[in-house]
Amino acid sequence: MVQIDNQYILTELQNKFGDRIYNSYEPYGLLTIELDKNSIKEVLQFLYDHKELQMQFLTDVCGIHYPQVVGKELGVVYHVHSLINNIRLRIKCFMPIENPAIDSATFLFSSANWQERETFDFYGIIFMGHPNLKRILNADEMDYFPMRKEYPLEDGTRTDKDDSYFGR
Amino acid sequence: MIESLELNNKSEKTDYNILNLGPTHPATHGVFQNILKMDGEIIHETTSTIGYIHRAFEKIAEHKPFYQITTLTDRLNYCSSPINNMGWHMTVEKLLGVEIPKRVDYMRVIIMEFARIADHLVCNSIIGADTGALTGFTYVFQWREKIYDIFEEVCGARLTTNIGRIGGMERDFSPACMKKMHDFLNDFPKYFDEFTLLLERNRIFMERNIGVGPISAERALNYGFTGPNLRAAGVDYDVRVMNPYSSYQDFDFMVPIGKQGDTYDRFMVRQHEIRESLKIIKQALANIPEGKFFADVPDFFLPPKEEVYNNMEALIFHFKIVMGEATVPVGEVYHSVEGGNGELGFYMVSDGGRTPYRLHFRRPCFVSYQAYPEMIKGSMLSDAILTMSSMNVIAGELDA
Repeated sequence: MVQIDNQYILTELQNKFGDRIYNSYEPYGLLTIELDKNSIKEVLQFLYDHKELQMQFLTDVCGIHYPQVVGKELGVVYHVHSLINNIRLRIKCFMPIENPAIDSATFLFSSANWQERETFDFYGIIFMGHPNLKRILNADEMDYFPMRKEYPLEDGTRTDKDDSYFGR
Repeated sequence: MIESLELNNKSEKTDYNILNLGPTHPATHGVFQNILKMDGEIIHETTSTIGYIHRAFEKIAEHKPFYQITTLTDRLNYCSSPINNMGWHMTVEKLLGVEIPKRVDYMRVIIMEFARIADHLVCNSIIGADTGALTGFTYVFQWREKIYDIFEEVCGARLTTNIGRIGGMERDFSPACMKKMHDFLNDFPKYFDEFTLLLERNRIFMERNIGVGPISAERALNYGFTGPNLRAAGVDYDVRVMNPYSSYQDFDFMVPIGKQGDTYDRFMVRQHEIRESLKIIKQALANIPEGKFFADVPDFFLPPKEEVYNNMEALIFHFKIVMGEATVPVGEVYHSVEGGNGELGFYMVSDGGRTPYRLHFRRPCFVSYQAYPEMIKGSMLSDAILTMSSMNVIAGELDA
């Protein structure tokens, strides 16, 4: 029986995918890898089928936006969980805002369906191969992606209200 | 959407009816819309539409200081807001690296388990109501009120509690609060037994629930089920046991699991979890350590009022907290707690500013509700209602 820890996962992934893993770190003990976005399908399948790891539970999918990082503005963050070994892994894939497209995880996880729709709804990330990629929480006729950082919380033209001192 | 379903309708031989269930249907206990394609009384296809009470919490959270986000979490699963509140406090504490006194952990466990009881009582009594046994609902609902009395004694609010603070509890349990808790523990089991007798082995109730809306363990895992819904399918995943938080490792309790993943199993899992929660509360009350009810985080925990009026430092800290001036470390953190209906996760990215850079709620309802069309395919309309009640889908958590 091998010791399943962050180091083991990282070594396994690096042996298999090499330089397609750009970066890795462990904030608060949770192994996080930055991955080439074209490899996400392969990596999820590898983790799913791996005899020891068995990362077969997709906990969470969400988007993130860094407007100042040119060429890598939008990101998708996956949390996968191995219920057998009780270890989690966070995978991040970044992509340019001009062409935010990534493969869908729905081929493996049914739970990715709505979570990817939500990410599309808020960040405009296109999940290729998704069976029904349309808005889920916002109105269908909305023509922008509200969680991107350039959209203010409130109407920016209001002059009757100054919140600059109130933690915003 | 209705149009497209109608188009399909024409091309096929069987004559389907389109039924619009919701968004405001009294039988669905919340704002859910399902467009059902029906063959007589049998459901052939379902399209779920959600988002009717979407309030953009994640966007708002990017503009609020940490302590103000607690009120947003209240409104996720509003049947057990204290669990959401505690989950959020613990996420921030994890980011800050605060060491929490044992007494706070125990106080939190007590509050969270009371919230779990309230949550499960609502769900189970509504399953009873939906099968036609309204009596059980009226029996146990007064006990939910008594739980809310306890919350009121702790924090002043009943439904959307905003209970606790980052770093601890806002005040220690008062003697009146302790009395209410002990009274609850003494009196509730009697009434709960009566509720159990009314439903658990009731022939009509069993016939009505067994085999309704089943899901296999494999499908449940693939759909990201957590909490009682997953355990009913036979997978013993409980965050409290797997990744203990708030000193859950100190308590002796069982994780009930079902076998078939149907409505009856989900009901039974919740029934037993209520009993386990009572056990946990009893242990916590018996062993609650003496000590402080807050940790040493002056940047986040409000100083007592007397000190604010008479002490310069306390006044400064009070001001800084209220204005959201405290800085936090740069980093990202994922923390999950066992909510009323599954793993409630908080994924927070902090850039060191006064608000989170990104905050994502992993809402168990949102993830599991997408299995609903598959679970009710081929069943009767009345079974679909029952399946939804037994999944304990809370609209506030679904839409965030």
